[in-house]
Amino acid sequence: MNTELLGVLVIFLLTLALAWPLGHYIARVYSGERTWTDPIFGPIERLFFRVSGIDPNHEMTWVEHLKALLTINLIWFLMTMFVLMNMGWLPLNPDGNPSMSPDLAFNTTISFVVNCNLQHYSGETGLSYLGQIWLMFLQFVSAATGLAAAAVLFNALKTRTTTPLQGLGLGSGVRVGLGNFYNYFLKSSTRILLPLSILVTIILMLNGSPMTFEGKDTMVGLQGDTVQVSRGPVAAFVAIKHIGTNGGGFFGANSAHPLENPNYLTSLLELFAQFIIPAAMVFAFGFYLRRRKLALMIFGVMTIGFLMLVIPNIVFEMKGNPAFSAMGVDQSLGAMEGKEIRFGAAMSGYWSILTTVISTGSVNAMHDSTMPLSGMNELLAMMVNAFYGGCGVGLLNFFVYLIIAVFIAGLMVGRTPEFLGKKVEAREVKIAMITALLSPLLIMGGTAMAAWAQVQDPTLPWLNNPGFHGFSEMLYEMTSSNANNGSGFEGLGDNNPFWNISTGIVLILGRFIPIIGPIAIAGLLASKKYIPESAGTLKTDTTTFGVMVFSVIAILTALSYFPALALGPIAEYFSM
Amino acid sequence: MKSHILPAIKLTFCCLLLLAVLYPLAMFGLGKAVAPNGGKGEVVEANGRTVGYALIGQNFSDDRYFWSRPSAVGYNAAGSAGSNKGPSNPDYLATVQARLDTFLVHNPGVRANQVPSELVTASGSGLDPHLSPQGALVQVARIAKVRKLNVKDLELLVAQHTEQPLLGLFGTATVNVLELNLALDNLK
Repeated sequence: MNTELLGVLVIFLLTLALAWPLGHYIARVYSGERTWTDPIFGPIERLFFRVSGIDPNHEMTWVEHLKALLTINLIWFLMTMFVLMNMGWLPLNPDGNPSMSPDLAFNTTISFVVNCNLQHYSGETGLSYLGQIWLMFLQFVSAATGLAAAAVLFNALKTRTTTPLQGLGLGSGVRVGLGNFYNYFLKSSTRILLPLSILVTIILMLNGSPMTFEGKDTMVGLQGDTVQVSRGPVAAFVAIKHIGTNGGGFFGANSAHPLENPNYLTSLLELFAQFIIPAAMVFAFGFYLRRRKLALMIFGVMTIGFLMLVIPNIVFEMKGNPAFSAMGVDQSLGAMEGKEIRFGAAMSGYWSILTTVISTGSVNAMHDSTMPLSGMNELLAMMVNAFYGGCGVGLLNFFVYLIIAVFIAGLMVGRTPEFLGKKVEAREVKIAMITALLSPLLIMGGTAMAAWAQVQDPTLPWLNNPGFHGFSEMLYEMTSSNANNGSGFEGLGDNNPFWNISTGIVLILGRFIPIIGPIAIAGLLASKKYIPESAGTLKTDTTTFGVMVFSVIAILTALSYFPALALGPIAEYFSM
Repeated sequence: MKSHILPAIKLTFCCLLLLAVLYPLAMFGLGKAVAPNGGKGEVVEANGRTVGYALIGQNFSDDRYFWSRPSAVGYNAAGSAGSNKGPSNPDYLATVQARLDTFLVHNPGVRANQVPSELVTASGSGLDPHLSPQGALVQVARIAKVRKLNVKDLELLVAQHTEQPLLGLFGTATVNVLELNLALDNLK
């Protein structure tokens, strides 16, 4: 077998194999059972809680969870705005890089707080090392926020035999404790993200990723040209960038940069690192709820969706650019524009989908230069945003599709829609539909606005490519923002007030509504009476239901996005 | 919401201490001990001076050297970027054709279908340090002529500097251009 394909296949299977035990471990962490990390991190966590005046055993309702989540995110937003707009004079700035303009700082802050890492700057010139370290901090805590939200979902879907009482509160009039947000948040950071990041950092450093606080180096190269090389604390940053499915690069070229991703081995490592937690979370869901079959159904749907997107991309990229055929160059290595020799076309094709189904958004090859239909698949991956999905939030997004599928399937077979022993009623379905329909609204609305502005004033210096591909650049930027992905068709000139502010708003809505919606649904379900399974129950852990969920995802996505895709990548494909 | 503000601020500072101070400092200290060049990035020395970074590609456009790939940032590693040109962009296709024509002029006797696409396309980072083995071999005849060397010796040199796929099983074969050109200078 071709060595390029073999590498991709092996890392895919290896990740899945290791996701199972990690999922088991994560389920134990969230259910508060003993793990081998207790003696190491237990004392630190207790100290942090004591200092912060937090009782980690205080049970929160879903509303309290959301209040805690939004408050701490708001605090990070304000602190980050301050750092980014003042880092020019703050310490750790050996290259003398300037502070950010307000609109760029707004966009950068939001996009790192929401785990997106859309970067309208280049790390080499746009950030001091203090800024980099600060953003690295956000990569930890934003991922931990997503994981904590997923932990709340786990808790809410637990089978409750006794219904907790207490008159007041939202929902159906009962307050149900769903664990403690700060506890889930801190444990996600210390027990899951930090240990994995340390491991990845060490391997990256051994392979030559720098970890230094010295500034740019200058020397005369072999041919006599003056060579400058940007450096920095790269390894620690790149580790959490993947473990937390953040994807924001230390350097402008992200993981295509040789110092962020020195060789084939590190590239395999980074593919593994971004995939492992989203995959493990699905298994953790099964272990936590003791419903492995349901988790396997979810995992199956996600995997089929992933393979349907990734296989074509590998094929397109390995085949090369059809527009080159007239020139007669040898394309046996594939479409090499925007790709690195040490990774090759197959791995770059695989990465392009992995990073978009999961909301990582790091790249090892430039998506703007991938083939038209590869670009379409990258867009589709972000439009669905639930085939594995980002740290924690992928499962939340999938949960929304699940609720819609339960409702539709229930109507089709004439049974009461139920999920895990709880009735799914009008209110839950309404929330699910609003959450699901928000994405097309933001993506289409945003793209329409941008396209309108571009048509009004064709001199706007936004697009790097003419025609259909130019439209795809705008569509991609809005889709990436809404999915909190962060990759881009990077040719787009996006560091200006229009893009900084519009995508900033899309980012906030695209992050918090899809967290609030599912948590609300789960919180409402948790407060309902448990109905034991009977012959009349719609079974959700079967292949049939898996097909149903997949169809719901496919139909929703196709109906929402086909017209836009037809104007962009599909039109480009047929024009070549 | 108000009751959450103070605890959230305090917890944020605790996390800052652990994740933004202790974690990077520990990794920095470890890097000093175990990483190449103490974590400052591995450098390449020749003739008693530093000529570059092992992982960072350099511009080679002289006929005496193996050319490196086209770069959107001119191999200036104070930045990094790809061209971000779309596959159907007519200006871009004209650029690629011009690169091919230039290559063929400098390498008489080479046919277009012997030129691997990496030699006419820009890399993702603009700093790609590698060529494919074919990308180096197709330049051997030119270099042999300019340097008055034996073609067989040069082919051997390329073979010696070809890095096979990982464990012989995974990924691509690569040739580090800086390393190859250094060896070329030492061949005389």
